[in-house]
Amino acid sequence: MPPIIMRAFLLSLILAPISAGSMRAQSPPAPAEDPQKAQEERIRKLEEEVQALKAAQANAKSEPAQLGGAGGSAAKAMNPDISLNGDFLGAVGHNDVRPVPSMEMHEAELGIQSVIDPYARGDAFISFGETGVSVEEAYVTLTALPGEFVAKIGKMRADFGKVNTTHNHALAWTDRPLVTENLVNGEDGIDDMGVSLSRILPAPGDMFLEATAQVFRGDSGDLFKSSQKNDLSYVGHLRGYEDLTENTNIELGYSYAQGHNELGHDYLTRLNGIDLSLRWKPLRRSIYNSFLWRSEFVWSRRDLLVGQARAFGLYSSLEYRLDQRWTIGGRFDWSERAPLASQLDRGGSALLTYWMSEFSQVRGQYRFTRYDGGQDASEVRLQLIFVMGAHGAHPF
Amino acid sequence: MNILPIGHRLGHRWLSLSAALLVVLFVSHPLRAAGKLNVVTATQDLASLATEVGGDRVSVISIARGYQDPHFVEAKPSFLLNLRKADLLVVVGLQLEIGWLPPLITQSGNPRIQPAAPGYFDASQFAEILEIPTSQVSRAMGDVHPLGNPHYWLDPQNGLRVAVGLAQKLSQMDPGDAAYFNQRLEDFRKRLTVAERRWDEQMKPYRGRKVVTYHQSWPNFVKRFGLQVVEYVEPRPGIPPSPAHVVELIALMKRQNVKLILVEPYFDLKTPQSVARETGAQVVVLMPSVGGDKDTGDYIKLFDYDINLLVKAFQQIR
Repeated sequence: MPPIIMRAFLLSLILAPISAGSMRAQSPPAPAEDPQKAQEERIRKLEEEVQALKAAQANAKSEPAQLGGAGGSAAKAMNPDISLNGDFLGAVGHNDVRPVPSMEMHEAELGIQSVIDPYARGDAFISFGETGVSVEEAYVTLTALPGEFVAKIGKMRADFGKVNTTHNHALAWTDRPLVTENLVNGEDGIDDMGVSLSRILPAPGDMFLEATAQVFRGDSGDLFKSSQKNDLSYVGHLRGYEDLTENTNIELGYSYAQGHNELGHDYLTRLNGIDLSLRWKPLRRSIYNSFLWRSEFVWSRRDLLVGQARAFGLYSSLEYRLDQRWTIGGRFDWSERAPLASQLDRGGSALLTYWMSEFSQVRGQYRFTRYDGGQDASEVRLQLIFVMGAHGAHPF
Repeated sequence: MNILPIGHRLGHRWLSLSAALLVVLFVSHPLRAAGKLNVVTATQDLASLATEVGGDRVSVISIARGYQDPHFVEAKPSFLLNLRKADLLVVVGLQLEIGWLPPLITQSGNPRIQPAAPGYFDASQFAEILEIPTSQVSRAMGDVHPLGNPHYWLDPQNGLRVAVGLAQKLSQMDPGDAAYFNQRLEDFRKRLTVAERRWDEQMKPYRGRKVVTYHQSWPNFVKRFGLQVVEYVEPRPGIPPSPAHVVELIALMKRQNVKLILVEPYFDLKTPQSVARETGAQVVVLMPSVGGDKDTGDYIKLFDYDINLLVKAFQQIR
């Protein structure tokens, strides 16, 4: 390196912290004899400081070229937010109908989230489980559409009710309700490739009303199966929300889903769903106490080779935050099975959750299930959930 | 008679219905109310500063209330009703709102307020930021803010810096009212200068006094008014106090003769009060935000309230 450049470089290294320091430096202490003058001087300096910063930003392009680029860490500034959510499950007790292992690393979900450009953001969640790897969701959200529309394109959990949109680690239980298992494709739910369009609708008073329409390829496990290219599935969701007080709110949603089933192009499965949530969370004590009552009801109509199978199921769940660390809860399950509505499963759960911090929690769930035919299952399930890295906030 | 297949007819009907719906939705797109700029702020402190500068030419609404923990605001859908028609969104920044604001912005369907859009105003860009980590941070340190401490508005000089930035932003968005915004900024500056002189005078006898605070909310405040925070009730940011930490805290307060514990209004008083009983200290619920109490209705009143409370407490424990 030529000596003159070396000297300039060293000089800039010495001067940089000094000039940065002067930008941030506190104003000199006010002389006791004239505090007013000192205050005015401080204000004047502040103004100059803001103006200088603005001017520096404006003139940045015309400044002489800097020797060398930014350091290696600056390149990481464009990296997406990366997180990993772990879901470890242990179980004791017996369940002959839907047995689970004594211990399993149920899921490690890798989240990659970032703004893509001024018009879109991207969210991808890759699920690593004991049976393999799958793309749980990977979609682009278009945030700059006209007419207040928000569009999502990619693979996503369909906007059918509440549980279907929720990832495992964000559930209030170690499992999913029986109605989800029996009627809405279990843990995977309606999760498919497609396009989603939603918009807030005009509504009376302070009510929040939002409509979502989604079109999918038509493949969601055993629930929907496309045998032809045009065997698409459709999901619609209408959501109403209102603050009853600043601490209490109520939400009511109606969902509809329709797709072709495994019998072929001429056979449809239709789902209707209603979800109802009542929340209480005092603003002044939000980290200590809260209450949530949530219920979902699902009606299924499934075309068979001859006739139709109709089934109904529901769950109703309560959750109460006792303090900053402890939450108790309970859930009631009742669901017929989709192909044979005469088969009925019922159950109940009691839950206790300990929050070590915002980023890890331990949960215990006692679950009793009376499956069709009088087969009883009694289990205690233990769960450890942990979050590493920058995981984006979940929608309400 | 030309009979179309039923699907075709239904298709036409759906198309017509969809077109009608689209027309209704586009027509119902909210316009700027009576020529006023719609400003939504993350907190009431920023709302107060925006009102100081914007006056009656802006309509200002805050998402978080002054008495709630700004780290843990619920992303209620009702907030979207204001965000969808906002011309300007003013955020505290430094990841204070990371747990609730990003999904609201995404869902708002409002391109004007998306990050880096002209209607997105990060107030931290104008403020003096303290506690910027100089080495690797991890969550072993608790819920730390890797970009620096976001409670910067608790230095009135930062309030003024943000107000200057807001006046520039509002003037860009509404050049016709630029003189009005600058005149209001000047007025705010004068009132703040007078108030600062008063606060300095009131706090002068207590400069250098040691205090304990619940959370790391007060670095800018204590720096500005010459107090010294020796420890926190939380062992690490966001982690509830453990018995072992409480024992250490009591010993430290006794050793250093600390007689004041400052608590934000959204934290439980049980632990601070038991520590105070053991140490003979006093617990003071200090307001970190405008609107935290009925007497903290605007930015200047917030400091009036806190300084008066502190002075009274220092006088009692003298």
